[in-house]
Amino acid sequence: MNAAYLYSLIAVVALGLISYAGVAVAGLEGFFGIFIPYVALIVFVVGFASRIIDWGKTPVPFRIPTTSGQQKSLPWIKHDRFDSPYSTFGVIGRMALEILLFRSLFKNNRVGFSDGGGYQKIYYKWVVWLWLFAILFHYAFLVTVVRHLRFFTEPVPFFVEMLSTVDGIMQVGAPGMFLSGVVLLAMASLLLVRRIALPKLKYMSLAADYFPLLLIIGIAITGILMRHFVKVDVGAVKELTMGLATFRPSIPEGGISAVFYVHLFFVSILLAYIPFSKLMHMGGVFLSPTRNLPNNSRSVRHVNPWNYPVKTHTYEEYEDDFREKMKEAGLPVEKE
Amino acid sequence: MVDTPKPEELIKNIDHTPPETPWEETVPDISPGNFCYPTKKKNLEYLSMPTTTVDEWSPADEEWPLPDNWQQIVHDGFKDLLGKYRSLKIFMDTCVRCGACADKCHFFIGTGDPKNMPVLRAELLRSVYRNDFTRVGKILKKIAGARPLTKEVIKEWFTYFYQCTECRRCSVYCPYGIDTAEVTMMARELLSLLGLNINWILEPAANCFRTGNHLGIQPHAFKEMIEFFCDDIEEITGKKIEPSFNRKGAEILFITPSGDAFADPGTYAMMGYIMLFEHIGLDYTLSTYASEGGNFGLFTSSEMMKRLNAKMYAEAKRLGVKWILGGECGHMWRVIHQYMDTMNGPVDFGEVPVNPITGTRFDNALSTRMVHITEFTADLIRHNKLKLDPGRNDMYKVTYHDSCNPARAMGLFDEPRHVLKAVCNQFYEMPENTIREQTFCCGSGSGLNTEEIMELRLRGGLPRANAVRYVHEKFGVNMLSCVCAIDRAALPPLMEYWVPEVDVCGVHELVGNALVMDGEIERTTNLRFEPLTDETEVEADV
Ligand code: SF4
Ligand code: SF4
Repeated sequence: MNAAYLYSLIAVVALGLISYAGVAVAGLEGFFGIFIPYVALIVFVVGFASRIIDWGKTPVPFRIPTTSGQQKSLPWIKHDRFDSPYSTFGVIGRMALEILLFRSLFKNNRVGFSDGGGYQKIYYKWVVWLWLFAILFHYAFLVTVVRHLRFFTEPVPFFVEMLSTVDGIMQVGAPGMFLSGVVLLAMASLLLVRRIALPKLKYMSLAADYFPLLLIIGIAITGILMRHFVKVDVGAVKELTMGLATFRPSIPEGGISAVFYVHLFFVSILLAYIPFSKLMHMGGVFLSPTRNLPNNSRSVRHVNPWNYPVKTHTYEEYEDDFREKMKEAGLPVEKE
Repeated sequence: MVDTPKPEELIKNIDHTPPETPWEETVPDISPGNFCYPTKKKNLEYLSMPTTTVDEWSPADEEWPLPDNWQQIVHDGFKDLLGKYRSLKIFMDTCVRCGACADKCHFFIGTGDPKNMPVLRAELLRSVYRNDFTRVGKILKKIAGARPLTKEVIKEWFTYFYQCTECRRCSVYCPYGIDTAEVTMMARELLSLLGLNINWILEPAANCFRTGNHLGIQPHAFKEMIEFFCDDIEEITGKKIEPSFNRKGAEILFITPSGDAFADPGTYAMMGYIMLFEHIGLDYTLSTYASEGGNFGLFTSSEMMKRLNAKMYAEAKRLGVKWILGGECGHMWRVIHQYMDTMNGPVDFGEVPVNPITGTRFDNALSTRMVHITEFTADLIRHNKLKLDPGRNDMYKVTYHDSCNPARAMGLFDEPRHVLKAVCNQFYEMPENTIREQTFCCGSGSGLNTEEIMELRLRGGLPRANAVRYVHEKFGVNMLSCVCAIDRAALPPLMEYWVPEVDVCGVHELVGNALVMDGEIERTTNLRFEPLTDETEVEADV
């Protein structure tokens, strides 16, 4: 098990060193600044799309929502619109709560044993941590991504500007610190610590669980480094990123710190890694049949595209088996 | 049988800390008491299913009787399922191992075995999926969490996919709704391609195919059993009831699990139904051909489920009924609510169910044409169509166990509660985290209510039993009601072990007790022939 996070740590450190040396020693700015990002983007787009298409093409033979609330049955029984949705509207509500608020995760509780009242009691304690870390992590990630649009647009759209202003509202240091970056780093670290510190979680974790966390930590650290500690020519960075965005890539004169290339390399690796990993949950969460279907299978028939006829034991066969006994018992029969 | 430790010892020794060895290297304990007996070959042959290479074998054997190309069979079967079920693909691909589901499984809570954490249970299959069907898995192998399919893996599957009761509790908490019950269903389907099934499931399935019910009750015997209950009812109420069988032209076909005709306390629920129908003058019939509500095909493969379920619609059509009323059963209702119409519909008989007594149209059963008995009874009670004397249940302090399937695969929560509150005076809920959508399994669902794994069942049922114990200590609860035939078979031994003071009943047993039928004699006993509590005594009690 230890091997799992060791592998991932080694991998991330190695990737960092390769890109740093590649730029600082070997001068491969073009490779790390242009070639790799484009390859990563292509892999991401093609990979992501093909995974979604593959999922989308796979049939949903049965309507199997996990019902977490009262079904719609009798008119005077209040049905649970979102936890047992009956209509598309309800399903949209359920999905929105799930995707925007991580509702199921919010229900998380921890089981424990306690001595009480003369017998061993099992108790269930609501725990908020996983939900809290996860939701802060994801929103910080989202804000960070949106904030970075400033490097790929000219003029910078107003919502990006606005978000950046709000995000930098804390006004710590100069240039101002972005809250999202710090939260992202903190939450990724907490998620990592949780994974290593909780025995059950550590037991189930794979290298593929540590790797993306470490990579994101790497991205956040290099990002914060560039903003606050290593002088990076932001103008030059924008020149490069705009070049990428407009498909007229070039490496700016005067050069950019190698830390930037490490940052960019990490991001590229992450992008290219998504389609092959559990990070596909960002697409999968929309398609999960236990969540995105209404609980109305008795009123609206669901069609299974591969439904096929099967061999059954017909009534005629049954009567043939038992006719005499049925007659004796006074049960009606079809054939005398 | 292996000796089961005392309850206090058992619970004290449950350890949730994972072992030193990684799960991939931990060999499952396949000693007697830890596995269900494999099916007899005759059942497989009768149902034309793939068989093992020898007749008699035991999972404890070193060498399992698998066909030579077993690996190919499973690989091809897996591929086939991945092409048919989006659920399987999504569930294989999206788990992030966040651990939210880990301690939600009653089998994990009761055994502490990490492979009973839903996430690891699914990993047993997922690891092979990575190895056989994903690029990363093919290249990075072990680092990516991929494992080749070996005979050891098959043994592990057989062990742990028959330690999941397909209860869906894990799915409630998963941020992606990953339903390990679905994964288990797929894994069992793969195992059955090799003839690896358990007898407790396949024997009822084969019986059901031939005789129409799990217990293999033949038509004349079925009729006799019901008539026997009618004699009991007559003794208790003075009312002579003669239900009809296989009667063409009845308005409603009533189908309930055969367990209700066979063993206590299900039989009392059966008496309750019959009394209710008689009292309201329902034009209904029972069928000896469709004499099983349950469907052990659900625990085998989707094809077997469809084959067994087909009888319901076929019989409804043959008899020319308008709609079907279904009795109290858990997995039966999963099949009816989420699968039946899709598999064996669209229906070509009858009309939209309408309660002939109240006129209520069951629009929620518009297409499937099948109504749940508690929906039906709740409607009757709401419209004041029943005269009830809840005092006749005063010897009971009642709580209610939400069976997994009606809870998490249907959303049937308030109907049975509405009925219960009308038919008994003392009703208490178990703690919040153990009821409704968070309900805990009886520990014996999905065909696992077999004797040879009794200790496992008692462990799996521990969270449920512990919650019952809580209300027993706190409110003096002495009756655990439910709407499931498997529960009625599985909960009594569970209670006997953990909370011996508590008994088990179906909701309609309590209905039968409380129902004041027209022209009945003064009742002196309940449906169990236990004397009714003296009224004054009860009042003094309160
Ligand atoms: S809750 Fe869902 S995503 Fe999390 S470990 Fe369990 S199955 Fe995986
Ligand atoms: S479906 Fe139920 S028994 Fe199976 S893994 Fe999930 S919680 Fe456990």
